[in-house]
Amino acid sequence: MKINDALTGAALLLLGLAVLWQIQGYPAMPGQKYGAALFPGLIAVGLAACGVLLVIRGARSGAAWVALDGWMARRRPMAGFIGVLLGLALYVVLADTLGFHITGFILLLGWTLVLGARPAVAVPVAILAPILIHLAFYKLLRIPLPWGVLQSFAF
Amino acid sequence: MANVIAAFGLVFDPYVLWVIFASALFGLFVGAVPGLTATMATALLVPVTFFMPPVPAIASIVTATAMAIFAGDIPSCFLRMPGTPASAAYTDEAYAMTKKGQGEIALGAGLVFSVIGGLFGTAVLILAAPALAEVALKFSSFEYFWLVLLGLSCAVFIAVGDALKGIVSLLLGLLVSAVGLDNPAAHPRFTFGNAELAGGLTLIPIMIGMFAVSEIMRSASTIDEPWDMAKAEVGNVFKGMGRLIVKYPLAIVRGSALGTAIGALPGAGADIAAWMSYAMSKKFSKEPEKFGTGHVEGIVESGAANNSALAGAWIPALVFGIPGDSITAIVIGVLYIKGLNPGPTTFIDNAPSIYAIFIVFVLANLLMLPLGVAAIKCAKQMLRVPRNVLMPVILLFCIVGSFAINNSAFGVILMLVFGVLAWLLEENGFPVAPAILGMVLGAMLEENFISSMIKADGKLAGFFERPIALGLAVTTLIVFAWPLAGWLRRAAAARAADKA
Repeated sequence: MKINDALTGAALLLLGLAVLWQIQGYPAMPGQKYGAALFPGLIAVGLAACGVLLVIRGARSGAAWVALDGWMARRRPMAGFIGVLLGLALYVVLADTLGFHITGFILLLGWTLVLGARPAVAVPVAILAPILIHLAFYKLLRIPLPWGVLQSFAF
Repeated sequence: MANVIAAFGLVFDPYVLWVIFASALFGLFVGAVPGLTATMATALLVPVTFFMPPVPAIASIVTATAMAIFAGDIPSCFLRMPGTPASAAYTDEAYAMTKKGQGEIALGAGLVFSVIGGLFGTAVLILAAPALAEVALKFSSFEYFWLVLLGLSCAVFIAVGDALKGIVSLLLGLLVSAVGLDNPAAHPRFTFGNAELAGGLTLIPIMIGMFAVSEIMRSASTIDEPWDMAKAEVGNVFKGMGRLIVKYPLAIVRGSALGTAIGALPGAGADIAAWMSYAMSKKFSKEPEKFGTGHVEGIVESGAANNSALAGAWIPALVFGIPGDSITAIVIGVLYIKGLNPGPTTFIDNAPSIYAIFIVFVLANLLMLPLGVAAIKCAKQMLRVPRNVLMPVILLFCIVGSFAINNSAFGVILMLVFGVLAWLLEENGFPVAPAILGMVLGAMLEENFISSMIKADGKLAGFFERPIALGLAVTTLIVFAWPLAGWLRRAAAARAADKA
């Protein structure tokens, strides 16, 4: 996905201005002239300047505002791509309630099927991989993966 | 000497040797499968190394990355696809050799000259790092300020084609490093009252996002393009290697030396080292017309270069805490966690551990010979692993890894956001390496800048008064002026052309 440099530049200009606005009132170090605002302030000025240069460059280039890639028109790659992002977002939302194991199963099953694996492969992988990760990370490395609804079965 | 003996004791421990062996297999697999990179291997290893003592933790990363950079050559020969970006420079060459029935020589050269390059880079690391550390003991905030700025400028102006986009990437990285309480005035910056943000943005989930999630997004977008295996008879891969060493001694040394230097340069790693030394090889070759038609010379030189770059990158990382490539950018975080804080004093305070890292480098490169042969023999099996199963499983690993750093789902959010950001940046020609460098070095740059400003009482002249600081400042300004001079020359040429 190619985004015209002018759009990117405008976004960077806005980001720079937002940072400059945000750092107003950041305090100096006690007894010194400099403090928390100097460094982000310099970064913001730089971002805004680069933003302006990119806007000029993008406007001269005459490229489309947004150009889509060929694969975005094909069903499986596009579904897989969106599936990856959607799945990660779903994990953030669901993991605490459903727990790691159930969420992991759902995500793996969804991802493998969308990317074109056969169900005969997808189902065992979706069951086994969370169990293996549980053994390696929860049991061996003691990472507190959430149990969610399975809390009463925790082991 | 006692330190060296202690170091051998640290490495030749059954647990450490087991970790090295397991990491080697992991690295070979990750390197051999296109779409999985050495940096990704490092990012995925960090959550696992969290729970290890310092030496095995570092050893696993050193071994896995060395193996991965070599193994990246394997699919170049079979699929015409680089296993890692570091093999991209000579992928077409290696594939052309396979098509000519010389796949065995291409694979053998990839292996043997990876080992030689890796050992060369390691030798330079062992000799140069302690010597540099002696000098660095005298550095004050002025020298460190210029050194960091020099490193960041190299990343933007030398390693990247489009300097403007490189600067944008760097500034975004620096901005990320500014989030949180960790600043001279200890004021909560850009936290918006969020407690997770007050501690700053944790780098490991960000790295997993930028190097693993973005890569998986790319894999998903090519999932319907099948991999076509080229047929290659692979017998004894060492056959004819002695002849190549005798025929191309200069190329081997040149590739290894250039690779080590590029590796040590911040922001440029094994991939750029391979591209540059492939070009160099063609330029100095007696038969440049053969390049691209399946000629082994370029593979000899750049195959050595990418593995030597790996060791070279550790020189500034250990001595100054300035990463030489994206792998060491992650490693520096691990060093801090393990109490091996990079800097000149670490060579005195943690001498046995530092020597142990050197020994692991040598060991990993030697281990590459037998395991590399095994990996080449198993290439067909490794490349048959279905991507539509592999990628989802890795993605679940990414989730666990980014969660494990702080035991918080916030890590998963960070990973997702920065994965998308990295994908968008790369799609639009913004290099990712400067952003990583900015994130890692931002705090160091600010701290040394502010304390230098205070020492110099706000007068910029103070930044140029100490001799080494002046030297670093002049070098930095030259790096800045270089692209500007090129641009002015081009503009003048264009004007002259307009008039004519």
